[in-house]
Amino acid sequence: MRTTDIVTTAIGNSFRSRLRTTLTVLAIFIGAFTLTTTNALGTGVNEYIDTQITSIGAPDVMNVSKPTLASGADDGPAPYDPDAGSEIDTNAGPPGTTVLALSDADIDEIRGVDGITDAQPLVSVRPDFVEWQDNGRFQLSISPFSAGVTLDLAAGSGFDQSSAKFEIVLPTSYVDTLGFATETAAVGESVQIGVTDAVGEQHLIDATVVGIQNPTLVGTGASTNTALTTALFDAQRTGLPEQSTTDYTSATARFDADASDEEIQAIKDRLSDAGFAGTTVADQIGTFQSVVDGIILVLNAFAVIALIAAGFGIINTLLMSVQERTREIGLMKAMGMSGARIFALFSTEAVFIGFLGSAIGAGVAIAVGSVVSSVLAEGFLSGLAGLQILTFAPASIASVFALVMGIAFLASTLPASRAARQSPIDSLRYE
Amino acid sequence: MSSSVLTARNLSKHYGTGDARFDALRGIDLDIREGESVAIVGKSGSGKSTLMHILALLDSPSSGELEIVGQNAKALKGRALNTLRNATFGFVFQQFFLNSHATVLENVILPLKIARLGSRERKAKALETLALVELTEKASSKAMDLSGGQKQRVVIARALVGDPRIIFADEPTGNLDSATGAVIENLLFSLNRDRGITLVIVTHDDDLAARADRRIYLKDGRLVGEGDLKSQASPATTPNGATLA
Repeated sequence: MRTTDIVTTAIGNSFRSRLRTTLTVLAIFIGAFTLTTTNALGTGVNEYIDTQITSIGAPDVMNVSKPTLASGADDGPAPYDPDAGSEIDTNAGPPGTTVLALSDADIDEIRGVDGITDAQPLVSVRPDFVEWQDNGRFQLSISPFSAGVTLDLAAGSGFDQSSAKFEIVLPTSYVDTLGFATETAAVGESVQIGVTDAVGEQHLIDATVVGIQNPTLVGTGASTNTALTTALFDAQRTGLPEQSTTDYTSATARFDADASDEEIQAIKDRLSDAGFAGTTVADQIGTFQSVVDGIILVLNAFAVIALIAAGFGIINTLLMSVQERTREIGLMKAMGMSGARIFALFSTEAVFIGFLGSAIGAGVAIAVGSVVSSVLAEGFLSGLAGLQILTFAPASIASVFALVMGIAFLASTLPASRAARQSPIDSLRYE
Repeated sequence: MSSSVLTARNLSKHYGTGDARFDALRGIDLDIREGESVAIVGKSGSGKSTLMHILALLDSPSSGELEIVGQNAKALKGRALNTLRNATFGFVFQQFFLNSHATVLENVILPLKIARLGSRERKAKALETLALVELTEKASSKAMDLSGGQKQRVVIARALVGDPRIIFADEPTGNLDSATGAVIENLLFSLNRDRGITLVIVTHDDDLAARADRRIYLKDGRLVGEGDLKSQASPATTPNGATLA
């Protein structure tokens, strides 16, 4: 038999007992549907995180802090070091994690590390409010990621770090609140920021809105350019003793934007030798991604279990099929059909059933998933702009097809080889 | 009618060992010449079906030599065996072994499909063969919608479509009433006479056996006698024996 004849005959045979084929296809459908959906979930979330990484962090920036020496539960407290700075609570790591404060001398030391082109202390600015044209005062938090950030802007052009003018980028949620008509209308307007200093005096600083930023995973803080940040920080620490004004939780270090992963690792190693810890934005967000990947892996494992169960369904179906067609197989062998071609006939039938199951499974998953995804994007997940929770990538759908058809082929080997080995005379005996 | 297409020397076949040993064939010597019609006659359990299966390479003998169209059966393996089966043999069984859900045409095409003929060529050839058994108008009917005699004619067309040199028929009229059976007999013997196809019929029906050129009688796995046309009166070799009812 020619290969095309084998394929058409196998397809024809699979439709001979429709109910049985339908039930087997249904079992595969469930697995293929689940696998396509979980893959789409993984792709959707990871793509979102990827855009978040590019929107949050410049690739040439890393956050440098000075970790406290790890002290295990049994080690007892570490000896006091009079030269060390005070410990500062940090958001990084588990609750209660502290880092040692960085001093100006530490910042200079970071600047001196090979591969670091510049380092700036990351100052924590806590303004009281923001206001536009007497429309009411609203709380404002300034994102600590200011330096080197590329912002995902809904309107405006973003700020100029080197500019001496005070510039601010506000999240989309402030547009209505502050009383702007549209996002575009807000750009170019001047807002007033209030900040209270150490002795309780409130300072007012005017800043120009240069952009409106889409919400991100890491919160809805505003971003300010260096000039405004410095002005706010100076106002905030008026009246503080000198020592505490130069305590920083961390610093932002710049390095060559073209640095490879190995070079970045080398910089981190050198920082670590000097007693600092450097983390890039990709490191921080990448942790999200590995958690997401882990969850998707588990979900995929469940889908694959369903597919393996469906594989036994295929074995069963084909065994019955071989049983029913014993005479036909014997006849074909008597007519000179080789065992290999008989094997091909039955395994092709299984692969076709697998193809049907995955085509229907993937098709329904795409149809249902696209609807669900856009409904969720409008409703439940509207706070995360740009998140399509289910994203169907052609490559992952192709891999679902390949996997299902592979499982179907494997499942077919037992019944198909049984058919191929059948002796024509045993099949044709009827006395 | 000269050269031998099937030569068997001291063929034996047994199943099982020890006490359970059953000898189906015990030392059969046989020559079947090209274009001959031979009836293998015997009761149930005489070994006649086993002999036919071995002659048709569907089964292998426990001992003895078998030559088919000049080739030693033992040396035939794999592709050569399959090609020989496909191109040399045609089978007609008592139980038709038709694919009842497929059309008549598809059933007849099957051997040509196995022989890897192109689809246009094989369709033309199958239709030609169906015309020969007068079933052209049934070509697109499902096999299950046919009567017994029509089914057996489809089986004959299927056996014939690959231009075989030998047709093996195992109780070809066993499932048919006598009128329909006669039609099938006539068809088989006309193919033998007009096309020179060697015909090997296995039967316990003496009337059918009587129409063959030669009869081989089997009992308990042994040859117990032979009769050929010259020594015995044959009632069924009328000049018009080929007519189809």
